[in-house]
Amino acid sequence: MAEEKQTGSPPTNGGISEEALIAMHSDPRFNELKRRLYRFVFPMSVAFLAWFFLYVLMSAFARDLMGTVLFGNVNFALVFGLLQFASTFGIAVAYTSYARGKLDPQATELHDELVRSSEEATR
Amino acid sequence: MMLAAEATSESTRLVTLVLFGLMVAATIGITIWANRNTRNATDFHSGGRGFSPLQNGLAIGSDYMSAASFLGIAGMIALFGYDGFLYSIGFLVAWLVALLLVAELLRNSGRYTMGDVLSYRMQQRPVRTAAAVSTVVVSIFYLLAQMVGAGALIALLLGIQEGQTFLGMSADVAKIVGIVVVGLLMTLYVSLGGMKGTTWVQIVKAVILMGGAALLTLLTLSLYGFNLGALMNDAASASQHGAALLEPGLRFGVEVPGDAVATMWNKLSLISLGMALVLGTAGLPHILIRFYTVPDSQSARKSVNWGIGLIGVFYLMTLVLGFGAAALVGHEAITAQNPGGNTAAPQLAQTVGEQIGGPFAGSVLLALIASAAFAAILSTVAGLVIASSSSLAHDFYNSVLRKGKATGSEEVRVAKLTALGIGVVAIVLAVFAQNLNVAFLVSLAFAIAASANLPTLLLSLFWKRFNTRGALAGIYGGLVSAVGLVFFSPVVSGSETALVPGADFAWFPMPYPALVSVPFGLLCAVLGTLSSKEQDFDKFAMLQVRALTGAGAEKAGSH
Repeated sequence: MAEEKQTGSPPTNGGISEEALIAMHSDPRFNELKRRLYRFVFPMSVAFLAWFFLYVLMSAFARDLMGTVLFGNVNFALVFGLLQFASTFGIAVAYTSYARGKLDPQATELHDELVRSSEEATR
Repeated sequence: MMLAAEATSESTRLVTLVLFGLMVAATIGITIWANRNTRNATDFHSGGRGFSPLQNGLAIGSDYMSAASFLGIAGMIALFGYDGFLYSIGFLVAWLVALLLVAELLRNSGRYTMGDVLSYRMQQRPVRTAAAVSTVVVSIFYLLAQMVGAGALIALLLGIQEGQTFLGMSADVAKIVGIVVVGLLMTLYVSLGGMKGTTWVQIVKAVILMGGAALLTLLTLSLYGFNLGALMNDAASASQHGAALLEPGLRFGVEVPGDAVATMWNKLSLISLGMALVLGTAGLPHILIRFYTVPDSQSARKSVNWGIGLIGVFYLMTLVLGFGAAALVGHEAITAQNPGGNTAAPQLAQTVGEQIGGPFAGSVLLALIASAAFAAILSTVAGLVIASSSSLAHDFYNSVLRKGKATGSEEVRVAKLTALGIGVVAIVLAVFAQNLNVAFLVSLAFAIAASANLPTLLLSLFWKRFNTRGALAGIYGGLVSAVGLVFFSPVVSGSETALVPGADFAWFPMPYPALVSVPFGLLCAVLGTLSSKEQDFDKFAMLQVRALTGAGAEKAGSH
């Protein structure tokens, strides 16, 4: 009965055995999944943080450039700021499509395998 | 300013009060409904994990679009122009940290709180205690800012100025009444409705706020024939700053003529602020627990995407509203009403309404935006209260005091009592703090989240060697350095606007600590780890497999 289940520590791993989880960690397919995740999120995080801090640094130290009017009364600072919005939206879309194509199928396969093996073990 | 005109003021108050009343009635209705549908701990802490990505995305936006970020940023843009926009960019880009590094992994590997993930590989009790401490500290600072803001805002939105009375209340009494009303309502939402009630209140608020802001944005732009350039031109020429309004430097990183040292510190402060904004979000406990309200990690990802879209569009609208207020309301009228510019958006609503449809339209539009702002306060504080009461009940009471032996229903009872306690504490603190400058409380909450929570969370998920001592050193080191540096900064003493006037024990020159406290928190976590022999690679392997595949993740409740 879920109502009276103990909810404190330590976590239960949803009924999947510790051995199965530990074994999965050295499975080549898991390593491939991890490699694909890391290959996207770490470089991308470095990139968007660098891009953001470039913007902040220029707002602090490159005021003349930031104040340059490009057209009408739209200056460099406004365009740079709007580009931060664009890059944020763009990275979110790019990550989502990458995750759908390269991460989700692999993760689902490994997830189903772990669940199946735990069901067989308890049968 | 038209707020001073007695007739307008009376009809505005009436419409505002009716809208406030309707909204409060609707949210209480939601809470009672949610109470009937909250049966176990998962319902209470995580809303049964049954929310759709769009619903959770709206709630994420709602948690984030607090009164501070709606009224505060619109006001900052109105008074200081570009620098308000810069602030909102930090707030938005921060969501990429949550999307890429935190949301899905946290959803897969935790249960109710941030402490679940931090403590998975560690000794439960010390790490959960630390997680609960930092959750409560961050939430209380954030909560105080919202509640103090709420008091002032209600007095202002009802048009009660110094020396006036309304229903027999002076402005000071109205502020206290505002704080108490907000405090009681948030406690009611959380202890009755739990995460389900809170989330639905947030969804309703997000729709009202987005709708209100969109309407006002369109009306403002329509006055300029949808020519944003003309609006910005008007804003610049109406302000005392001219074209400088459209450039960075009026509010942050201010250049002090003839004082290169002060100028340099101001500029480093801007970078420090940017760091807190961009790294803080993914460490805010009330944001983190939102990822548990959806069925799986893919839904967590989608809900962050919805959140990014909504928040991004919202900040673009505040850009129009801020420049609109600068152009149409004017610097003097805004600062006359509120020196911090917090009422720029409601004032713009009234002016735009009057220009388009006469005084009554002005009143209605003002009342609409005022109610949206009030809803913004209510739902954000409810989110903060549930984050801290869940952490106290789940991390501290159950796991530390009861060693994990408490049942779900016992944990929920404790969480409800804790919510009540936090409500009372917040009301009392906010009444005493109501005349303080509160803007720094929010940035302090972000700085602590960035220094104490985020490094520990990321190291837990990605560093094999990380251990208990490292987690404790990271959380307490980040927390103490962030709070300590602010304590010894010009915010607290040694400046004209300091909290403790007349005293001077400030030696840290920047009001924003993140530039120092984030690297310090990270360093503490790394050195703490390396100084202890404890390592458990098996637990790390289990955590990673769970986080990446979703195997063993908490499932949605059955409905």
